Amino acid sequence: MAVINTMEELKKVRDKAKAALNMEGEANKTRIVVGLGTCGIASGAGHTMKAIEDELKKRNVENVELELTGCIGFCEFEPLVDIIRPNQPKVTYIKVDEEKARQIVEKHVINNEIIDEWIVPNI
Amino acid sequence: MEKMVSLTIDGQKVEVPSSSTVLEAAKKLGIKIPTLCYLKDINEIGACRMCIVEVKGAKALQASCMLPVSDGMEVITNSPKVRESRKVTLELLLSDHNMECPTCVRNLNCELQTLAEELNIKSIRYPGEKHAARYDDFSPSIVRDTSKCILCRRCVSACHDVQSVGVISPNHRGFNTVVAPAFDKSLAEVACVNCGQCIMACPVGALKEKDDTDKVWAALADPEKHVIVQTAPAIRVSLGEEFGEGRGAIVTNKLAAALRRLGFDKVFDTDFAADLTIMEEGSEFLDRLQNGGKLPLITSCSPGWVKFCEHNYPELLDNVSTCKSPQQMFGAIAKSYYAEKTGIDPANIFVVSIMPCTAKKFEAKRPEMNSSGYQDVDVALTTRELSRMLKEAGIDVSKLPDEEFDEPLGISTGAAAIFGATGGVMEAALRTVYEIVTKKELEKVDFHDVRGLEGVKEATVDVDGIKVNVAVAHGLSNARKVLDKVKNGEADYHFIEIMCCPGGCVGGGGQPILSADERWDLDYREARAESIYEVDRNMPIRKSHENPAIQALYKEYLGKPLGEKSHKLLHTHYNERPYFDTK
Amino acid sequence: MEINSDGRMRAITDTSFYKNQTRIALRNCGLINPEVIEEYIANDGYMALAKALTEMTPQEVIDEVLASGLRGRGGGGFPTGRKWQFAADAKGDIKYVVCNADEGDPGAFMDRSVLEGDPHSLLEAMTLAGYAIGAQEGYIYVRAEYPIAVKRLNLAISQARERGLLGKNIFGTDFSFDLFLRLGSGAFVCGEETALLASIEGKRGEPRPRPPFPANKGLWGKPTIINNVETYANIPVILLKGADWFGKIGTEKSKGTKVFAIGGKINNTGLVEIAMGTPLKEVIYDIGGGIPNGKKFKAVQTGGPSGGCIPAELLDMPIEYDTLIQAGSMMGSGGMIVMDEDNCMVDIAKFFLSFTQEESCGKCPPCRIGTKRMLEILDRITKGEGKEGDIELLESLAKSIKASALCGLGQTAPNPVLSTIRYFRDEYEAHIKEKRCPAGSCKALIHYEIIADKCKGCGLCAKVCPVGAISGEKKQPHVIDKEKCIKCNSCFDRCRFDAIRKY
Repeated sequence: MAVINTMEELKKVRDKAKAALNMEGEANKTRIVVGLGTCGIASGAGHTMKAIEDELKKRNVENVELELTGCIGFCEFEPLVDIIRPNQPKVTYIKVDEEKARQIVEKHVINNEIIDEWIVPNI
Repeated sequence: MEKMVSLTIDGQKVEVPSSSTVLEAAKKLGIKIPTLCYLKDINEIGACRMCIVEVKGAKALQASCMLPVSDGMEVITNSPKVRESRKVTLELLLSDHNMECPTCVRNLNCELQTLAEELNIKSIRYPGEKHAARYDDFSPSIVRDTSKCILCRRCVSACHDVQSVGVISPNHRGFNTVVAPAFDKSLAEVACVNCGQCIMACPVGALKEKDDTDKVWAALADPEKHVIVQTAPAIRVSLGEEFGEGRGAIVTNKLAAALRRLGFDKVFDTDFAADLTIMEEGSEFLDRLQNGGKLPLITSCSPGWVKFCEHNYPELLDNVSTCKSPQQMFGAIAKSYYAEKTGIDPANIFVVSIMPCTAKKFEAKRPEMNSSGYQDVDVALTTRELSRMLKEAGIDVSKLPDEEFDEPLGISTGAAAIFGATGGVMEAALRTVYEIVTKKELEKVDFHDVRGLEGVKEATVDVDGIKVNVAVAHGLSNARKVLDKVKNGEADYHFIEIMCCPGGCVGGGGQPILSADERWDLDYREARAESIYEVDRNMPIRKSHENPAIQALYKEYLGKPLGEKSHKLLHTHYNERPYFDTK
Repeated sequence: MEINSDGRMRAITDTSFYKNQTRIALRNCGLINPEVIEEYIANDGYMALAKALTEMTPQEVIDEVLASGLRGRGGGGFPTGRKWQFAADAKGDIKYVVCNADEGDPGAFMDRSVLEGDPHSLLEAMTLAGYAIGAQEGYIYVRAEYPIAVKRLNLAISQARERGLLGKNIFGTDFSFDLFLRLGSGAFVCGEETALLASIEGKRGEPRPRPPFPANKGLWGKPTIINNVETYANIPVILLKGADWFGKIGTEKSKGTKVFAIGGKINNTGLVEIAMGTPLKEVIYDIGGGIPNGKKFKAVQTGGPSGGCIPAELLDMPIEYDTLIQAGSMMGSGGMIVMDEDNCMVDIAKFFLSFTQEESCGKCPPCRIGTKRMLEILDRITKGEGKEGDIELLESLAKSIKASALCGLGQTAPNPVLSTIRYFRDEYEAHIKEKRCPAGSCKALIHYEIIADKCKGCGLCAKVCPVGAISGEKKQPHVIDKEKCIKCNSCFDRCRFDAIRKY
């Protein structure tokens, strides 16, 4: 990693990182984000993460970035998994155990079918 | 000059230096704020909440002992809120205290008791469970009883900061807090040097000397035993305090009378042995100086210091004089020379020593201290224990006539007397060494450079053309400064005196205990040391080698200093000790 | 916003739980990958630092923080800018910046959330603070019980060093600053700033009287500022968006937002950040989703064990530092524990006091012994052994402890007791005078009885009773032997005919 010495350099790094996060020019990419704060991990998010990783590998899914994030504050519904795709609204799945995780990979990530009943409710 | 600050306390204006605390400013006005954990210059931690005051503009009450003064500050020391808070706090302390006052060693000399009286405590509104107390009497010198401890931490500061020994600290927390050695070990299992400065700092009876008076009573009552007593130089300037005499009052001859009335068969003087120590140690110094021996030579009279060295500076043990301390030399001579001279079976001689010191109890029990075939000293009592025995026997020291010590082991010089104050051993040794080397009479016997309460004193003495660099340290944190210099090769001392306790034996851990208030008003070490030097001035003989009883001892028995008999009876060696007893 | 056919949301950020919040301190938590510095930078991370170092003087940084009106989010609510000004004005070449990440209030985890979810925000803020006061080093004192936070902090520090955002000549300026972690061992009192400093220095973690304040004499005797994680997390945003922007959020005397950890008897437990001045009601009902199982709200405890219980009649109260204090509670670090009709307020007071009593460092008698005595009194009240005059005894002790304890822990320890006496004195009296627990929660004061008319004699209760306290012939009303009954509630739970009465 290069040292950032000026405001301009920082802005460059920022813009590049932003573009990557927004998956600019990568229409087929998917970002899967698992909440891996202590509360998430306590609810089993570590296993969820592993299951997703395993499922992605097993099914040879490409162009997917599996990431972790911190706690968004909604402990009640952990583990939480976000599926983010360019030009599509973000989807948050709640209480994602290993079984659900594998199905999310299969249905949502691979087949683009949103699993309605596992999505965060209107609260 | 320091900036002055003006503030108002209880409506009265006062001007004090800007570094003062509110407590100090109040004292200047004659306003007494009660304290408990406060021990001036030693323990200023604001823990006990007794000295709280109201300060205009501050939400909570403030501990005046730590509160810096500021310009225009308005303080109230005596409002209903302050008084009630102090009372509640004191009642809480009492609710967790065993309150066995009449049977406590500190009865009528207890700051908690005094405070309860002063704050007009009539009942305890909040009784409840007491903390799980520890009673630790494994140490031969010091007994800890946490059921009386009020966690003021004065002992902790004395141990850590004054002595740099640091073997007691608060353990656990909250209601379960106890002051104890690490891992709740006994004082006997850690690097405690038995100095008893913790006892001197304790406002209550949570720390006390191990009481050995019963053993002395039993010996005195035993017709088979020839019970003799020796009394250390510092006792004659402190015992009177326990009998209403002023601080540092000289009671040498009343002390001799008192001991005789207690029933000792002979009343001797450790000063005799102090003169003997000078003969041996002075000779040892000259031997090392002239024959390329290990220098600097460090004195070994103070058993607290010796144990400190064994734990903390084992690499310097060869620098420590091989001489036994005067207490032990006395015992060894009593059970050899004196026994022979009087025809008393040494097995029946019972040697009691009266010491200003708790570490002397440990020293007396050292297994190597038995070169006559018998343990040199049978029981070492502190000044306080002697005072209790005298009171129990109805002997009021202040009302006794003057009497002399017995011969021959009661004959001594002024040089021996000054052993009781820091610098005294050095001065006594210089008086003798000078005359031995130069074979000339010393014109000025007073060595003022090594006297006084400065932590580390240094001087260079011209002994017939040889420049002898000496250093004197008292209190172990001061000793550390000197020892670290020696260890790191940063000093070229030839001779060092180290006394474990601040002020030397006059400030020993077995001496009468003063309250924090008294200590603030008067440096008791200074008062006692002044008397020590007065004793010296008034002695007809002021150099150890001129003591006729010592001269007779060498002539009749020992031969010469560092001779074969001396070596066997009067010298010893010390060994490295671990920091924790891992047994 | 797209809503699914069954009314479900798409993303958590679309829910009212999230949308009713104003997230400044938590702005990145749950949204970025905390282990990748670029994701922080992508969200304008380190822009504030770049701006301050290249365009602002240290005094201008302090002025901005002062103007924002930011107050400490960890306890007392002292104005952050003033703290910084004191430390900046203090004489000395060596100064320190310390972060209090020793989050210890039961149920509070906002600091952990930031440490785990957005560690760079803390790093950036502490570096800014270092620039402002002229420090070259900082320490983060974090609980050892937060291993993930420790791991991510370490990672973040090494990434920031690689990027030159910590270390020598940051952004090519003369300013150098580095950060180090110190792990606490789980003593609540180490959240008190002087105790925290003692612990960093390797001493027993216990407070000392102030003054001198750390701003003048702090870590190793040098001028030091100590702020908590949430306070720092606000700093980069304040500097980037400006004090004016920040000042528009919140109220006159409580600017900005506050994070609360909502727990207890509430539907949506979790972490929320709301604008200061939001009424309590809104947090509990609109964000928290109200009380489960149709139970009645009774009180909410704010400020953790140092705070107090606020009753239903004050639910309209806006959340501000001063309103909470007036209500006998405090902001504290932002714990918010909701209680319903089943909670006994004496028992709640006992719970919180037992926490502070356990965590007392033992240095001063009012806290060490006083809280113990208060706890003993509460204990006997909940056991039905309370005596007339016990409430007054509690009050007098509490008053004295508040006035005379050495540190904030002791001075605030009586708050849960005082506030519950203030609002729920009748509950205390019921325990003492009638030997009755109105909430039916204190075991020693509840009794079980079988209503003969309703009992069908099925024997199920006798079967589940672990101590054989229930007997009766089949198909005949059963009876409970009160001497044997251990009040485990098993029979009550099991009975299908509502034939067991608790009273």
